[in-house]
Amino acid sequence: MSGVINTSDTMQVEKVPLITGNQTFATITEKISSIAENKTPKMWFVLFGAASSLAIMMFGLIGYLVWEGVGVWGVMIPVGCGLAIVNFEFWVVIGHAGTLISAVLFLFRQKWRTSINRFAEAMTLFAVICALIFPGIHVGRIWVAYFMAPVPNQMGMWPNFRSPLIWDFFAVGTYFTVSLMFWYVGLIPDLASLRDRAKNRIRKIFFGITSLGWRGGNRQWKHYELAYLLLAGLSTPLVLSVHSVVSTDFATAVIPGWHSTIFPPYFVAGAIISGFAMVMTLALVARKIYGLEHIITLRHLENMNKIILVTGMMVGYSYAMEFFIAWYSGNPYEKFTFINRAFGPYAWAYWIMISCNVIVPQIFWSKKLRTSIPVMFVASIFVNIGMWFERFVIVVSSLANDFLPSSWDYYKPTFVDVGTFIGTFGLFFALFLLFIRFLPIIAMSEVKGVLPQADPHYHGHNGNGKGDNHGK
Amino acid sequence: MANKKVEGIIAEFKNPAELIHAAEKLRDSEYKKFDCHSPFPIHGMDRAMGEKRSPLGWIVGIVAFLGLGGGVLLEWWTSTIDYPLVISGKPFFSYQAYGPVAFAVMVLSSSFIALLGMLILNKLPRLNHPVFNSDRFLKVSDDAFFVSIESLDPHFDQVKTSDFLKSIGGQNIELLETDEEDK
Repeated sequence: MSGVINTSDTMQVEKVPLITGNQTFATITEKISSIAENKTPKMWFVLFGAASSLAIMMFGLIGYLVWEGVGVWGVMIPVGCGLAIVNFEFWVVIGHAGTLISAVLFLFRQKWRTSINRFAEAMTLFAVICALIFPGIHVGRIWVAYFMAPVPNQMGMWPNFRSPLIWDFFAVGTYFTVSLMFWYVGLIPDLASLRDRAKNRIRKIFFGITSLGWRGGNRQWKHYELAYLLLAGLSTPLVLSVHSVVSTDFATAVIPGWHSTIFPPYFVAGAIISGFAMVMTLALVARKIYGLEHIITLRHLENMNKIILVTGMMVGYSYAMEFFIAWYSGNPYEKFTFINRAFGPYAWAYWIMISCNVIVPQIFWSKKLRTSIPVMFVASIFVNIGMWFERFVIVVSSLANDFLPSSWDYYKPTFVDVGTFIGTFGLFFALFLLFIRFLPIIAMSEVKGVLPQADPHYHGHNGNGKGDNHGK
Repeated sequence: MANKKVEGIIAEFKNPAELIHAAEKLRDSEYKKFDCHSPFPIHGMDRAMGEKRSPLGWIVGIVAFLGLGGGVLLEWWTSTIDYPLVISGKPFFSYQAYGPVAFAVMVLSSSFIALLGMLILNKLPRLNHPVFNSDRFLKVSDDAFFVSIESLDPHFDQVKTSDFLKSIGGQNIELLETDEEDK
């Protein structure tokens, strides 16, 4: 019966359904809520233990850093921005795909986003938390980090709003806050579902408070939907602006290899590819563990792979264009910097970056590889590695060999640098595990909304035959 | 024995199509204080219920302009009036550099208002509501569709209203009662 959903000529009949396996509203609720309700699997404790141990190591290393000073890092002159800035960039870009999926695809009415948006938004939040740690500790004296905020103080000082560092602080701070609100608004109806299913008192109280008394009336949905749309509309320029602003930290400097107008769009394309790669990695694991194959279908994964392919080529174009401009500008320092990147002391990092970001995504031209789970899993990890090295190449190779050969040096991170970076993965996964354990990992109300039976016309044609005369 | 107070009536409908039909009949009826509850927003429900568009867009729009203005004002006042400092020979009021922060303040303030405005317009958060007295109603966040009519409606009458809900196809009609002593 469900072969034809829409008989009207203007609507296109979907070839592949978004959600497979003949789901009903009830099976969606059951499938997703039960993940947050069932007994905690043993594996969860193992993973959470490992992740939180790494996070504790990170906090320990940060304590050591604060106690001893930034000398425990490998940073020196001329490489004053070491792994801390590389890691900040790496994590903040991961977050971008979350907002892209939840906001931009929402505005473009890409219904396939519903299965992965909650996930991606949570990933955004946790990635931005990891990112925000680094500029905070990178200032060295972390107790004066509040200087960046426009807080009236006894010294009568104000931040310098002409500085890209302050732009960064505002852009990333806003990004985190808006992402948090967007995520929470999306969660409200699903928290209400968990509240209504809650068996014990603690759950009833917890979800009763967090769902804010949601009762799913259309007089509430009306405001809710508009608020969601507005937040999506406000987040969309944020995706494009946050990383553009971050890139101005580099672009406004005079260092060859940084001082470039291509940076904002180039960084945004990089943000999208790395974020999608991370969503892919996480979604593939969760899909396997929780058996969500019918909700996160091959079609969702294929669409994400197509985006990785496109943005991979955009990033490749940017790499090529940087080289071209370095030659075309006639500036000997620029020219040297780029030749040095590809063939100098950091050539290994450069070629890892090119292989992972430009060459690996090319396999997605093939439909067979694009729809193969193991292939896309490995490719997504490669892209993540490549994007970390992109930041490394930009930050370190430009600084290490700048104008004056007498000031050149070779930057080597210390164990504190590396340990803190590994520790952020611990923090990220610990937060993510808490999320998949206690909250609905897929936006239930939105997935129900894209099921064919959610369309009032569906019942009109297949059920009681009186569904087509409303709204006159 | 506790005295029961009737706060409203709910009726269940089978699917989104039936709920939309019920909404149209309610819209054309004398009842004003009714609502249609569903696990997800139903396309076309606003029109079926005769609902106006939410004013939230205007509120957020106004706040966005105020936020943008506020951001520029903050930057102008701090770097021109309260703490003028020459940095790389740039003018105190370097408006070219003020874009990112003013933009961030605009987005931040309007997002706050989008969330708070949505909650205020929905009269949320609230800890209880008569509809939660019904155990069947718990299914509304799962797969059930309900119409509720509150007793505050001037045309509300226990018998007549439930007959009306039955006539438009409602099933499992239930009175929402609370104990008087609770009040």
